[in-house]
Amino acid sequence: MYQYNDFDRDFLAERNAQFRAQVERRIDGSLTEDEFKPLRLMNGLYLQLHAYMLRVAIPYGTLNADQMDVLADIADKWDKGYGHFTTRQNIQYNWPELRDVPDMLDALGEVGMHAIQTSGNTIRNVTADHFAGAAADEIEDPRPTAELLRQWSTDHPEFQFLPRKFKIAVTGSPNDRAVIKAHDIGLRMVTKDGAKGYEVVIGGGLGRTPMIGKVLRDFLPKADLLPYAEAIVSVYNLLGRRDNKYKARIKITVHENGIETIRDLVEDRFAQLKPLFKGVDQDMLAGIEDQFKSPEFSTASLAPFKEAYHSDPVFRSWADTNLTAHRNSDYSIVSISIKAHGQTPGDATSDQMRVMAEIARELAHNELRISHEQNVILPHVHKSNLPAIHARLKDVGLATANIGKISDIIACPGMDYCALATARSIPVAQQIATRFDALKLEHEIGDLKIKISGCINACGHHHVGHIGILGLDRAGVENYQITLGGDHTETAAIGERAGPGFAYDEIVPAIERLIAAYLDLRDSAEERFIDAYRRLGLAPFKAALYPDTSAEAKADAA
Amino acid sequence: MSKPFTPKVVTANALLEGDVIYLTTSDEWSRDLAEAEVIEDEAHGDLRLLHAMSQPDHVVGAYMADVLVTDGAARPAHFREEFRTKGPSNYNHGKQSELN
Repeated sequence: MYQYNDFDRDFLAERNAQFRAQVERRIDGSLTEDEFKPLRLMNGLYLQLHAYMLRVAIPYGTLNADQMDVLADIADKWDKGYGHFTTRQNIQYNWPELRDVPDMLDALGEVGMHAIQTSGNTIRNVTADHFAGAAADEIEDPRPTAELLRQWSTDHPEFQFLPRKFKIAVTGSPNDRAVIKAHDIGLRMVTKDGAKGYEVVIGGGLGRTPMIGKVLRDFLPKADLLPYAEAIVSVYNLLGRRDNKYKARIKITVHENGIETIRDLVEDRFAQLKPLFKGVDQDMLAGIEDQFKSPEFSTASLAPFKEAYHSDPVFRSWADTNLTAHRNSDYSIVSISIKAHGQTPGDATSDQMRVMAEIARELAHNELRISHEQNVILPHVHKSNLPAIHARLKDVGLATANIGKISDIIACPGMDYCALATARSIPVAQQIATRFDALKLEHEIGDLKIKISGCINACGHHHVGHIGILGLDRAGVENYQITLGGDHTETAAIGERAGPGFAYDEIVPAIERLIAAYLDLRDSAEERFIDAYRRLGLAPFKAALYPDTSAEAKADAA
Repeated sequence: MSKPFTPKVVTANALLEGDVIYLTTSDEWSRDLAEAEVIEDEAHGDLRLLHAMSQPDHVVGAYMADVLVTDGAARPAHFREEFRTKGPSNYNHGKQSELN
């Protein structure tokens, strides 16, 4: 993975020193809150409902064991012993005090991490497929591209005051695990006539106006990436609306101007910018790519894995559920569930972080990933190490076999923490998970994506959940709307609203009715919820959600 | 006709810790809603809010929040404010652990 050079280290130290001075000036009264707020946001510091919150970037979701250890140390020293992994491959600390934040940033800097541009109207943390470099279906590791974009976008002088925030995601595989069609720019690596390049998608986004991104270029040669990205963002910077915060994202710019107009403007700007990039960027990319070398794979015997798989049903269930095919058939990609039934989705204690770091260091080529689905990934695990890893995870409550299942829920922090939220998300996720665990139906139900947001901004990706839940404030009471049929993959789709919302104590029973209907309606155990929904449409699921209404409708018809 | 004024408290977050705080009659800031000054008069409320906003070295984002008063005790009118008096519902963190 990428190692900071002297330039990176000096830049970060300088930036942290600047922020330390800004915090001091805020505390001594030289800076007002209005002056300080944009400065703290540029450095990832929010003020939430109960406390400050520091959002730390985990660029493209990749970190090593030393970095994970430091995340644990920070949780213990300056927070309440845990951290929250987010849907944008960040980690959030919910309880820091203002005076401590500069020390936290210095501690992060020691291991090449930062909180720069995790907020504000700038280019945010660049995200990527969490299986990058390991997936069997991959054309190329997307992380060097993401790292190049990180370096280009960090403190980019033209793009510090964009109309609104700007999010870029990259996938190196045809199977999209990075939700690229819901990003301001989504890049998908493709090949054309033997050459590698990108399909460039723009104008996707969730929030109050969900939109699936549109293809701007079906093939962009790799070498043109930075001038082309710079052209897109500079066109948006000039054209994007600044009169209305809710119409300021590039998805609205594309929608209002049309993709053809945007394409023409971007191509014109690209023609101007291209000659200015004289190949330095490509030299840098080559240097970055050298640092993302494949690990040296072990050729040890697979016997320990086979033996455990046949003799230990708990291990087998975990292996069947939490492993994904690696490009090396002797290896697996391990998804560590941070979603034990009843726990807060995405939260890990410092002890759990240290165990994951230790496993990565000793048994998994020193690599960890954070997924946008709020789990932790060990991308390179020789199968012979799986039984030992499973045992260690089990000791700290991290061996839940529920990846991709009903309790593997994405949930934003919601009104338990977030100042923007209109309702809680976390307790709804906890209750769904514990309810279906008690019913022992999780594995019977099979693959299912439930995604919960506590407000219209959709950090919990509810629009692209097979079942989406949106928490709202209706006349001073929490109310939950259900959407159905969303899809976060390469066949991305926005879910359809099922009908009126449900009260806080009605939402879990409503989900239970929905699932009962699915189990009843599916044509076989292989037909996933989303497949059944696509085959049957909204009507039968709506009838299950609103039994009283549909009974009345039948009575009226009779 | 404008709506009748309903009881309110002045609340904010503390600059250093970020804690939820309430303005008291004695011009102190308390972590406990029970100690907050309940404002029954709009003009007085405006003055108290101005007073709060004139302390940028101590507090951030002061505003008035509705409360319901029964037997002289104020409780939040809205569930968001109720969370602010207690802390999150997923852990025993924040005021619910610190005030008791």
